[in-house]
Amino acid sequence: MALERAEVEHIAALARIGLTEEELETFREQLSDILEQFERLTQLDTRSVTPTGHAVELATVMRDDVPEPPLNPEDTLRNAPRRQADFFRVKAVLEE
Amino acid sequence: MDELQGQRRDELWELTLDQARAGLERRAFSSVELTQSCLERIQQVEDRVKSFVTVTGEIALEQAAKADRARAAGAAGPLTGIPMQLKDLICTRDIRTTCSSRMLENYVPVYSATVAEKLFDQGAVLLGKGNMDEFAMGSSCENSAFFPTHNPWDLQRVPGGSSGGAAAAVAAGEAVFALGSDTGGSIRQPASLCGVVGLKPTYGLVSRYGLIAFASSLDQIGPVGKDVTDCALVLNAIAGYDAKDSTSLPEGLPDFTRGLTGKLDGLRLGLPEEYFVAGMQPGVREATLKAVETLEGLGAAVEPVSLPTTEYALACYYIIAPSECSANLARYDGVKFGYSYQDTPDMWEAMESTRQYGFGPEVKRRIMLGTYALSSGYYDAYYRQAQQVRTLIRQDFARVFEKVDALVTPTSPVVAFPLGEKTADPVQMYLIDVCTLPINIAGLPALSVPCGFAEGLPVGMQLIGPHLSEERLLSIAYAYEQATEWHKAKPKL
Repeated sequence: MALERAEVEHIAALARIGLTEEELETFREQLSDILEQFERLTQLDTRSVTPTGHAVELATVMRDDVPEPPLNPEDTLRNAPRRQADFFRVKAVLEE
Repeated sequence: MDELQGQRRDELWELTLDQARAGLERRAFSSVELTQSCLERIQQVEDRVKSFVTVTGEIALEQAAKADRARAAGAAGPLTGIPMQLKDLICTRDIRTTCSSRMLENYVPVYSATVAEKLFDQGAVLLGKGNMDEFAMGSSCENSAFFPTHNPWDLQRVPGGSSGGAAAAVAAGEAVFALGSDTGGSIRQPASLCGVVGLKPTYGLVSRYGLIAFASSLDQIGPVGKDVTDCALVLNAIAGYDAKDSTSLPEGLPDFTRGLTGKLDGLRLGLPEEYFVAGMQPGVREATLKAVETLEGLGAAVEPVSLPTTEYALACYYIIAPSECSANLARYDGVKFGYSYQDTPDMWEAMESTRQYGFGPEVKRRIMLGTYALSSGYYDAYYRQAQQVRTLIRQDFARVFEKVDALVTPTSPVVAFPLGEKTADPVQMYLIDVCTLPINIAGLPALSVPCGFAEGLPVGMQLIGPHLSEERLLSIAYAYEQATEWHKAKPKL
């Protein structure tokens, strides 16, 4: 199935990935090719099949609620691109 | 010394893990000497092989000295003082961990992965971090944002991927063993292409805590070694329950070296016809079938079996893996760590530019593919359908494992291919993993062991077993290895 250009723009916006005009067209072609490979899955009748999320079935694993020492602030902030005191500094989220 | 004159003596870097362990135990050499030998080997060949993103020479020599002291104090295990490489998506505290991505080029983890902790606790020595396809997405190591790794058997060819650095380092003798990760074949396929042994354990056997995530329901860490014994020794060191990984299996562990007896009597092996795909190189088919004859000669009964859903595995995988990838990689937003685009006042634009420049093309392609498959209106058609097909694939395996103990297939339909040959067409690259990715979909263990050469390049045989059958797979591979010489062949560098 061939994707429309607008669809690729929509996916990129959902994924928060900036794309150049050229990348947009390359991805449009390549993603269309890949989606075509997916078509064969529709040949299988799966109406009564339970989906598998994980190959190994485990019940939800709970642990005792015992506090443990958390990462210290210096470690937590060590890789921060921008920092102010003990905070991650981000660009303005709210508009004026 | 004199009696060896005129005859080449083995260098320490050439030893297998088990040989090195024995040498260290009888004090024939120290870990510092062994580590120095590996570091010299790295110096000698690394500009051609390029299997390391980071070499940690100083740390290695410190750890080696510490291992020697531990041995002197009587506190040494099988891995104490053994030099290794860890794939660069296994977090190592205070040591840069890049995932071979611009996004994490300067990322220094503040904690170590459980597997790294375990290996350090047992005295293993870190030589450095292994190159890989960016975020483990690729089959040739060419998607590394830094440089491609070269196959030690032919430097113009790829080592396979995504754990290409691990397989190339072990094949070249730069590291005694390595850890890789396998989401759709990323340990087994490069092991096959580089002529070494690679094991992908049962999902949940080895903790994923501190493994930088690609597709969480498929990812699994495992060993790459010079032979089967080495992989069993490493698996002993890294397997086991970890409360920090909610998918970790609580089962007790065997000693994985216990099955290394060379005996295969009463073993039933299945040969799934669907894995001998169209487009498979004739030399790969021949080498695999010859290996099957050898296994029969060792006492195994071989019968043809069928896994009819195999042809759907590729599509199923390329919906599930990118979907999980798109969710996992949403964390790279340029706020808390990693590359961050700053040249705009706008938050959304900064985020989009961070991801535009921080990720390479294959990573973006998979994020987009996964985003599409999970997006409103397509979820049922793609993601849900793929998860249902996943059930059918699992049931297929469960059915054949009622009749046979393990399956034998080629690991890769082709031997190592020339650098640049398949980079233009993603679908061609995806097809390389056709024999390995169904195993991740079903969460099964599988390993690749060298079984010959085609066109002068190594061929790997894949052994697949039911959940938690690692001991059996290692036992079969060991018996085969004892009966053949392939694992002794080394590339000339």
